[in-house]
Amino acid sequence: MNTSRLQRFILAVLAWSITFVIFFPILWMILTGFKTEAQAIADPTLFFTPTLDSYAAVQGRADYFHFAYNSVYVAFGSTLLALIIGIPAAYSMAFLPTKRTKGTMLWMLSTKMLPPVGVLVPIYLIFRDLGMLDTRIGLTVIYTLMNLPIVIWMLYTFFKDLPKDILEAGRMDGASTFQEMLFLLIPLTLPGIASTGLLSVILSWNEAFWSLNLTSSRAAPLTAYIASFSSPEGLFWAKLSAASTMAVAPILIFGWLTQKQMVRGLTFGAVK
Amino acid sequence: MATLHIKQVVKRFDDTEVLKGIDLEVNDREFVVFVGPSGCGKSTLLRIIAGLESATSGDLLIDGERINEVGPADRGLAMVFQSYALYPHMTVEDNMGFSLRLAGVGKQARREKVLEAARILQLEPLLDRKPKALSGGQRQRVAIGRAIVRNPSIFLFDEPLSNLDAALRVQMRIELARLHEELDATMIYVTHDQIEAMTMADKIVVLQGGVVEQVGSPMELYHHPCNRFVAGFIGSPKMNFLPVQAQEASAGGVRVTLPGGGTSEVAVNGEGARPGESLELGIRPEHLLLDDQGPLAGQIKVIERLGGQTSLYVEMDDGIITITADGDVIHRVNDHVRFGFEPERAHLFDGQGLALASLQRHPLSGLVRQDSRERSEISRERSENSRERPEGGA
Repeated sequence: MNTSRLQRFILAVLAWSITFVIFFPILWMILTGFKTEAQAIADPTLFFTPTLDSYAAVQGRADYFHFAYNSVYVAFGSTLLALIIGIPAAYSMAFLPTKRTKGTMLWMLSTKMLPPVGVLVPIYLIFRDLGMLDTRIGLTVIYTLMNLPIVIWMLYTFFKDLPKDILEAGRMDGASTFQEMLFLLIPLTLPGIASTGLLSVILSWNEAFWSLNLTSSRAAPLTAYIASFSSPEGLFWAKLSAASTMAVAPILIFGWLTQKQMVRGLTFGAVK
Repeated sequence: MATLHIKQVVKRFDDTEVLKGIDLEVNDREFVVFVGPSGCGKSTLLRIIAGLESATSGDLLIDGERINEVGPADRGLAMVFQSYALYPHMTVEDNMGFSLRLAGVGKQARREKVLEAARILQLEPLLDRKPKALSGGQRQRVAIGRAIVRNPSIFLFDEPLSNLDAALRVQMRIELARLHEELDATMIYVTHDQIEAMTMADKIVVLQGGVVEQVGSPMELYHHPCNRFVAGFIGSPKMNFLPVQAQEASAGGVRVTLPGGGTSEVAVNGEGARPGESLELGIRPEHLLLDDQGPLAGQIKVIERLGGQTSLYVEMDDGIITITADGDVIHRVNDHVRFGFEPERAHLFDGQGLALASLQRHPLSGLVRQDSRERSEISRERSENSRERPEGGA
C-alpha cells in the first residue's frame, strides 16, 4: 500500500516535471510578450510589470487578423479537402482491397519521408506558371497533398474496425456506394474522422516551410507572420514573443477544447 | 413466388477453388438448408446467391431469369447475417425501415410497414431502442424484421442462430419455422448444425469441399445417405462405422463377417460387391441393441445418462462405438456387454465410401412437412385476401 502510494507520488512528480519542461518555452514566450524590449533581454526574472506595448507595436506593423484569417482558411480548407478525397480512398482500401493495396499505402506513406525541400523548385515553378503563388487556394492545395497520406492512413485504420457485415447489410438494403458511406460508414466512424480532421487542422496550422516559400503577403498565414518579426531590423524578443503568442493561441485553445475527442479517436477503435 | 436455379456455379479465390460446379434447384416456398463442416463453401454459395460475391463461372436464375449481373438489392432477396449486422447508430424502427428510406418510401408508409413486421415479431415495444440496448434474441428478431420489411421473394439466412445460447436457439428455431409458414416465402438457410438442418428443412443440401454431396429431405438423408460422409454428418450422436468383409453378395442382400467373427445379412443391393471385399458397416447408435446373444461385444468405457436415454461408449478392437440405450440401463463403466443390430437398418459402404442402395425405401424418406397441394390452397387464399385488402402507402 505504502510503496504503491510512493510510486504514484514519484510518477506524478516525474510527469509534472516533464510536462513543465516541455511547456516552459511556451510559458516563457507568453511572459516575454508582456515585457518591454529592455526587460526581455535583461536578466531573466519572473517579477516585472506586464505591459501590452509589444502587442500594440506588433499590431501597428501588420494586421494580425489578415494572417489569422488566412491560417483558418488554409487549415480548415485543406482538412475539408483531404477528408473529401481521403474518405472514399480509405473506404476502397479498407473494404475492397486488391493485391496492391498494401503496396499503395506504403508508397503513400513513403512520400512523407521525402524532405519537402527536395520538391520545392518544381512545385514553385508549377505554382508560378499556374499563377498560384501567394494564393490561399494554392496553399490549401499543397497542404491537402501534404496531409493526404496521413489522413488516408488514419481513416483506413478506423474503417478497418467497422464490421464489413454492416456495409453488406446496407448493400442488401439497396444502398449505393455513396449512400453506404453517407448513411453508414461516416456516422459510425465519426469519432475517428473527427480526430483525423483535428490532426490535419493542427498540422496545417503549424506548417511553415511551404507557407514561407509559396506566400509573401496576400495569402500568408500566421507562421509567415511570426517569421516576419525575426528578420528585418534585428531581433526584438518582446515583439517576436507577442506575435508568436497571438499566432499559437488559437490552435492551442482549439487543441485544448478538442483534446478529449483527439485522444479518444487516437486510442480507441472507431465503433467501440 | 420464387424459384432459384443454380447451374454449374464455380467460385475461385486466387488459386483455390471454393465451389466446384454446384447444381441446385430451390422450389417455390421451400425451406432449403445448406449444411456442412466449416470451409465447405456453404456461406460462399449463399453470398453468391445474395450478390455479395460474384460467381467465377456458372449461372444463377431466379424464376428463370439470369441474375448474375443484377445488384444485390435488385434481386428481391433479403439476408439475415450471422452477426445480425444491425446499424448501431439507428433505432430499431430506422434499422427496419432503412431499405424503404433508400427506396424513397414516405415516412407514413414506412412506419406502417415497419409496424406490421414488428407485430409479426413482437418487436413493437422496442421500436425506439438502439441495438445496443437489446438482448441477443431481440437483435436477431430485428435482423429478421429488417428482412421482412423488404418483402423479399427469397430469404437468406447465414448461420443466424450460432450467436445465441442453447435455450434461445431452440426457441428461435421454432419461431423461424412459424415464420416460414406465416410469410410463405422461399427460404435458404446456412448452418453447420445438423440439428437445425433436420428440424427446419424441407430440403437439405449437404456440402463438403465445395461439392454437393447429397440433396434430399431430412428423413431421406437420415435413412438413405448416399455416402459415408453424409451418413456420418447427419444424425446425432454420429453413426458408427465397423470394418466388415463381404462373404456373399447378390442383388438380394450382402452377407458380411463382423468383427469378432459373427455374420449378418444386410438388406442392401450387393450387385456391385465381390465376395471377400472389405466394406464398412454403418449403424446408428440408436439402432444398436444391447443383447446377450448379440454378435458384437466390447467393454463400456464411458456412460452418459441423460435421463430418458443413455449413451454408452463401448470399446471394441476397432475403436470406440456409441450405443444409444434406454434411460434405465443398469450397466456400469468397465462392464463387458454384447449387442446386436437390426440388419434392415444398417448401411454398407464400399471402398470409395459410397453407400450400397437399400433394398427398401424407408416409408418416411419422401416426407415433406406439408403437402404441396395443401400449400398452394393456402397461398391462393392468401393472395385473395391481400387483393381484398386496400393497398396502403405511397
